[in-house]
Amino acid sequence: MSAEPAAAAAPATNPIAPRRLAIGGILKEAFLTAIVALVLAIPLVGFRIVESGGTTGLRTRFWWVAIATGAVFAGRLALGLWRGAMPPRAVTGASWFDPVARYGRRHARLAAAAGIAVALALPALPYASRSVVDLATTVIIYVMLGWGLNVVVGLAGLLDLGYVAFYAVGAYSFALLAHDLGFTFWEALPLSGLLAATAGVLLGFPVLRLRGDYLAIVTLGFGEIIHILLLNWTSLTYGPNGIGDIPRPGLFGLVFERRAPPGFTTFHDFLGVPFNPSQRIDFLYYLVLALALIVNLFTLRLRRLPIGRAWEALREDEIACRALGINPVNVKLSAFGIGAMLGGFAGAFFATRQGFISPESFTFTESATILAIVVLGGMGSQMGVVLAALLLVVLPELGRGFAEFRMLIFGAAMVGIMVWRPQGLLARREPSLRLHPRGDGP
Amino acid sequence: MNYLLQQIINGVSLGAIYGLIAIGYTMVYGIIGMINFAHGEIYMVGAFVSLIAFMALGIAGITYIPLALLLVLVIAMVFTAAYGWAVERIAYRPLRGSYRLAPLISAIGMSIFLQNYVQLLQGARVKTLQPVVHGGITLATGSFGVQVSYLQLFILVLTIILMAVFSYVIAATPLGRAQRAVEQDSTMAALLGIDVDRTISLTFLIGAMLAAVAGMMVLLYYGVIDFFIGFEAGIKAFTAAVLGGIGSLPGAMLGGLLIGLIEALWSGYASVEYKDVMVFVVLVLVLIFRPSGLFGRPEVEKV
Repeated sequence: MSAEPAAAAAPATNPIAPRRLAIGGILKEAFLTAIVALVLAIPLVGFRIVESGGTTGLRTRFWWVAIATGAVFAGRLALGLWRGAMPPRAVTGASWFDPVARYGRRHARLAAAAGIAVALALPALPYASRSVVDLATTVIIYVMLGWGLNVVVGLAGLLDLGYVAFYAVGAYSFALLAHDLGFTFWEALPLSGLLAATAGVLLGFPVLRLRGDYLAIVTLGFGEIIHILLLNWTSLTYGPNGIGDIPRPGLFGLVFERRAPPGFTTFHDFLGVPFNPSQRIDFLYYLVLALALIVNLFTLRLRRLPIGRAWEALREDEIACRALGINPVNVKLSAFGIGAMLGGFAGAFFATRQGFISPESFTFTESATILAIVVLGGMGSQMGVVLAALLLVVLPELGRGFAEFRMLIFGAAMVGIMVWRPQGLLARREPSLRLHPRGDGP
Repeated sequence: MNYLLQQIINGVSLGAIYGLIAIGYTMVYGIIGMINFAHGEIYMVGAFVSLIAFMALGIAGITYIPLALLLVLVIAMVFTAAYGWAVERIAYRPLRGSYRLAPLISAIGMSIFLQNYVQLLQGARVKTLQPVVHGGITLATGSFGVQVSYLQLFILVLTIILMAVFSYVIAATPLGRAQRAVEQDSTMAALLGIDVDRTISLTFLIGAMLAAVAGMMVLLYYGVIDFFIGFEAGIKAFTAAVLGGIGSLPGAMLGGLLIGLIEALWSGYASVEYKDVMVFVVLVLVLIFRPSGLFGRPEVEKV
């Protein structure tokens, strides 16, 4: 059997072939794609199930099918022509983003310093309205979650599909401690991190023997179990109604309210400035920024400690690790516990910022988003997580104008970015430790 | 006793549906080693296509029930298979050979996309279908009667027929041989002249067809669907595939039956709220004692 017919039969999978495609080939491709689009569109686009007063009926809208098919044909044609006109480099996987990513990696310190400077100055920038600062706070919460999950997935190589469980444990611990038992923010914060870490170790203990995707499904199940518990264990969690009135943090006993409760001083009275609600938003922003920077420093340091090196070694080769006397169970448990603790901190902060939490905030979509942030960022890359979190949080926010299509675009973007850069935005696994300085040796 | 029997009958019907979805997961996992998160959504698309087909046939005046069932089955399988094929072509094929988590994220993105796609096109409200198959066989009467409805019989018989056809396809046709070869070693299979891409595409087609049948069954069984049903069913079917040993086809069916039984018995005797918790607890227990599932081959590590 000769190889030529097979190669000719599948021009689309050959990365170099589109360059040599004649216009006829491109037209044929576009035509075939349009036929597939037609088949896909006929049932779900062509018919609409309508409910009117208890009975359901069917409405047709074949115009939409025609428009969709035409659009797909035109799109595929344009793509084919563009690919044909492009130099082969653009087709073989390299992209304009590569130099950016390389520059970012080489000057990581500079980029990090610039990022922190922008983050510090953000509330003072001219166009930074309250909603912008609020959005930035959300981004940083996701960055923290991303860094936490990065320890588990990126460093230790354990696929966790239920990370939201620890986020939820942190948030609910905080809410219950603060709301029901009257703990202050600074007392409840470490406790909720600790409780989340306990949950991580408790889950990790029985299941860390499992490999790869078996672990993934069990963590996914754990996330679902926590969600079901939050919904149904009403005596503890208040069920679907959620918990409100979660106290806000203060700064050394100063509260951010218009009028101080008895025994407290307000922030604006203390400084002698007029009250402004954005003071509290700015304060929360700086608080989460400080927390995030501490988390970042903590994980960067951990990576250089024996435990961090053991995580990375375990990710690369478990058998070699065991041969070298590393106990895989302890190492995995520590990664699970620390990842869970960081998620718990993020959850506690989330609870105090929102002032209200309910099980709806802790669904699988949330786990998927956090995992997407880690993978899109390029596993194990701290800067990558920041970039991906910016992208995935700000993108849906920009789409508020056409709210219905927000999640549709979000899903499509996830597929698109993955296909465009399968290795993540800032790709390449950098070892945390090198025997030879960069440039020397192989 | 009668109550137990009735719960077992209900559980087996439910389990057959989970099993059919689980086969799609386990086949895809076996052949390209990825969790196809969008598979639950394919099943949801299958349910919607079935509903639209039922209503279109009703308008066209085909009211002879067996013929209508057969036509809907064929229509749902064809159109849903197109969706399964397209998902693989768009979201997974470009990522083949890249590292392990990339297709997983792409699959999660696809799943979010399909959910919102159906929600936008068909509306977020629950869709209902009037019962199509009526009646049943009464096995026991008395204070608590036991009944097998014709619908449950239909589900069981159809599942058995599909399993027989499917096992034959895998065991004795060129496609099945190619599929097993690619599963064992795709590079070697390609060297021996098997079109790997085509085999993988066909795997997705078959998986989507079985999911479409499951979607149609669920539509008939409950009579209520919405755009979100794919998520829960998908998780449970994947759990079933893992429980049975991922990559093993009889394992997927058995896992599905077990999950269906656990769900039915737990909601019958304990609490409905915690039936899903129970499913995962059983999964964890099985995996602790048999880390590769019931029928899975234990993984051998090579140094």
